[in-house]
Amino acid sequence: MDAVDPNVFRLAIFVLAVFVGYYVVWSVTPALHTPLMSVTNAISSVIIVGALIAAAAAAAGEGAQFAKGLGVLGVLLASINIFGGFLVTQRMLAMYKKKERPAKPGRPD
Amino acid sequence: MSADFAALLYLVSGILFIMALRGLSSPETSRQGNYLGMAGMAVAVGTTLWVVELNGLAILLILGAVIVGGGIGAVIARRIAMTDMPQLVAGFHSLVGLTAVLVAAAALYEPKAFGISAPDGGLKALSLVELAIGVAIGAITFSGSVVAFMKLQGLMSGAPIVFKGQHWLNLGLGVAAAVFIVFLTASGGDNKTAFWIITVIALVLGVLLIIPIGGADMPVVVSMLNSYSGWAAAALGFTLENTALLITGALVGSSGAILSYIMCKGMNRSFISVILGGFGADAASAGAHGQVDRAVKLGSAEDAAFIMKNAGKVIIVPGYGMAVAQAQHALKEMADTLKAEGVDISYAIHPVAGRMPGHMNVLLAEAQAPYDEVFELEDINAEFATADVAFVIGANDVTNPAAEDDPTSPIYGMPVLQVWKARTVMFVKRSMGSGYAGIENPLFFRDNTLMLLGDAKKMTESIVKSLD
Repeated sequence: MDAVDPNVFRLAIFVLAVFVGYYVVWSVTPALHTPLMSVTNAISSVIIVGALIAAAAAAAGEGAQFAKGLGVLGVLLASINIFGGFLVTQRMLAMYKKKERPAKPGRPD
Repeated sequence: MSADFAALLYLVSGILFIMALRGLSSPETSRQGNYLGMAGMAVAVGTTLWVVELNGLAILLILGAVIVGGGIGAVIARRIAMTDMPQLVAGFHSLVGLTAVLVAAAALYEPKAFGISAPDGGLKALSLVELAIGVAIGAITFSGSVVAFMKLQGLMSGAPIVFKGQHWLNLGLGVAAAVFIVFLTASGGDNKTAFWIITVIALVLGVLLIIPIGGADMPVVVSMLNSYSGWAAAALGFTLENTALLITGALVGSSGAILSYIMCKGMNRSFISVILGGFGADAASAGAHGQVDRAVKLGSAEDAAFIMKNAGKVIIVPGYGMAVAQAQHALKEMADTLKAEGVDISYAIHPVAGRMPGHMNVLLAEAQAPYDEVFELEDINAEFATADVAFVIGANDVTNPAAEDDPTSPIYGMPVLQVWKARTVMFVKRSMGSGYAGIENPLFFRDNTLMLLGDAKKMTESIVKSLD
């Protein structure tokens, strides 16, 4: 038998991650669905790794220069998302407070 | 650093992202979760910068881009009003989509840099297919999110735009994109024109997919675009052979899909019918049931204050109108004043209240309403029967009993908050107009309903004044 194509391993990782995502997201409390969206938005900007590679590429040749330019722009856009996404999530999460314990115990229920 | 070690670090980053989402299972662990997410991002970026060969110019460019982009992002995050979260998220989705397009193009023009070039210097067929799918989803996410942003921001009417043959046009464009993916692949990546044609088709498709969807369905749209941005990242994760991207894309993709499902369920509509759109346009006719002339009981702030002050239990039902009027702080003040009078206060949130999942919860949190007083529909619906007052502020359709007892109603079957079981129902509304779905709410005409017409914020403020 031949060795397994690395693409198959990647597919396996992907499929398993979909399942992990499925179960993890169902356990997110509905009260935090907005922060969930903003944080998933921030982490999907991990696409910045692709932009970084392109931006760092040696700009030899026209195609490479073009790719480099795209990469730099990509880094910029993804940075907006990463900083904006995580910070706005942090700002939101900081607002979620529990009930302060009643100042006067024995408050009628 | 070896490629194997880098791959392991990307895996660590992916796991940190999983932990970040896991943290959101409760507000207590959520803040820590967000930090884990940041750590995951730092690991991914750090690893990449370590792996690539950086020269002075590259460092300068990258640093500049991160500082400018990060600065813009940080300022937006600080300044944005919580009521504007839906459009902010839509705007951010568009950036993920656009970045995906840029990265895909860069990979096509310079595969060598990504270490994914075939022996002849071009791209492998499989990589090209993945790349083309990535750019297509990315472009759809981008233009679709821009449209969603404009609708939410009010730059464009929220009304659905439908025309004859729309779905056939979309289907045709989808097929055309697939054909050009074949061309691109067959050319071994040399046919750059095919790549850009795919991009343009996808951009048009993104617009066409979102314009027929009405304002009330925006929670589904925002979640759906969230999902797309994830799938775009995952597709590029395959192209770039990067585990962090693969895992993250899968997480975000399934997260958005689940949220879309929850939103659809909250409206008792199938995902397909939301996508096909047009809701809210034809529903207007359903409102013309000839109930226009029926008598309603109009109340004043003083009446409302008097009734609530003497109530034992008040359940507050916030809706989009509260967000529009920015009434959450006044509402919290009213709740505090009532609590001081010994009234039991809780909040009832319908899954699709507002313009995005969890929208109301964030606004209440902003106003510092404790989250353990805020309940989801299934947890609080039984409580209305024991409540003295249901205080509905800026919500309408989600309280409409027609959803339970009128099979001819367009919203029949949708889960609703059973506010009518409370002894008195108060509606704070701007006018007697029907809700977003254009459906008359029979509750307005009941004897135990008190209509408080006016701006939600001003009305709540005058109630607070009358309570003193």
